[in-house]
Amino acid sequence: MDLSLLERFEQDNIVVEKLDTLINWSRANSQWYFQFGLACCAIEMMAAAAPRHDLERFGAMPRASPRQSDVMIVAGTVTLKMAERVKRLYEQMSDPKYVISMGSCANSGGPYWQHGYHVLKGVDLVIPVDVYVPGCPPRPEALLQGLLELQKKVMTETPLRKQVV
Amino acid sequence: MDLKGIFEIIKSIDGVDLDLESNFISVSPASLLELADKLKNDRDLEFDFLMCITAIDNGDSKSFTIVYNFYSNKHSHSCEVRAQLALEEEIPSLSDIWKAADWHEREAYDMMGVLFNGHPDLKRILLPQDWEGYPLRKDYKVADYYHGVPIPKDKSYWE
Repeated sequence: MDLSLLERFEQDNIVVEKLDTLINWSRANSQWYFQFGLACCAIEMMAAAAPRHDLERFGAMPRASPRQSDVMIVAGTVTLKMAERVKRLYEQMSDPKYVISMGSCANSGGPYWQHGYHVLKGVDLVIPVDVYVPGCPPRPEALLQGLLELQKKVMTETPLRKQVV
Repeated sequence: MDLKGIFEIIKSIDGVDLDLESNFISVSPASLLELADKLKNDRDLEFDFLMCITAIDNGDSKSFTIVYNFYSNKHSHSCEVRAQLALEEEIPSLSDIWKAADWHEREAYDMMGVLFNGHPDLKRILLPQDWEGYPLRKDYKVADYYHGVPIPKDKSYWE
C-alpha cells in the first residue's frame, strides 16, 4: 500500500487495512535517526536536516541518545578505533532498528580503500546495513532518497507475524 | 633576523651546523636542549612559538629526522631545526620549554615510534592504545585483523 493513507479517508473517514500495515505506517513515518556524524558526510546530513531539505518532513528527527533512535545513519569514515564504538552504539538501540550507510567510506572504505591502514572497509563488516547511499559525500537529496527507500523497506515488514528463520 | 644572523648567535653550541642549501640549522640530539634554551631565552632570538614538529623516516629503517619549526612573535622571524636520530635512540623532549611540544611529540611517537626522553605522558594520541606498530614508518605492514575485524587489502577478500 501507499505510504499516504490520506487519500483513502476520503469517503467516510474509514479505511480497512491490516494491523501490520498500520504499525508499519507509523514506524516508517517516524524514523528518528541517531544524531552522530563521523566525517564530511555529517555536514551533508546536517544540510539534509536543515530547513532547505528538511528531513523532518518525512518524520525523521535527530535524537541524541541511541535508546530513543530507530535508525542509525553512519555518516562518514569509520576508523577501526570508532568501529567498536559504532557497534556498541548500535547494540544500545532498541528494536526495531535500522542502519543507513551514508557515503563511500561507510559503504566500502571509499578513498581509504587501499592504503587506509586505520579505516574499516565498509561498516557492514561490524553491523547489518539496510540502505547504502552512494556518493562522496552524497548530496542531501541522496540521503533523502535513502530514507525513502528505508521507508519502503519498513512497509514490507510483518511485525505481528512470527518470523520464520 | 635572517638565518645567518640566528646561526651567529647559537654557533658556539656543540653539534650545531648551518645548511644554507635548504635553509635549516642541524643539531645533534645531545645538544638539543641547550639549543632550545638559547632559542627561547636569548633576547635577540626569543622564539616563543613552536609551530610544528615533524618526524621523517629516512627510508633505510635505521634513522629518522626530527624537524622543528620555530617562530618568534616579537621579532617576526622563524627558523627550522633538524636533528638526526638513529632507530631506538632517544631525543630530549621540549615539552618543558614549549607546551605545544607535548602533543606534537605524542603524535611523532604514535606514527613513527620516535622516543622522547623526559616527556610527561608519552602515549599514543590518535591510534588505539593497543595498536601494534608505527604506521607511518616505511617498513610498516598492515595487520590482517584488528580486534577480530578483518582489514581487507584487495578485492580478493570479497571474491
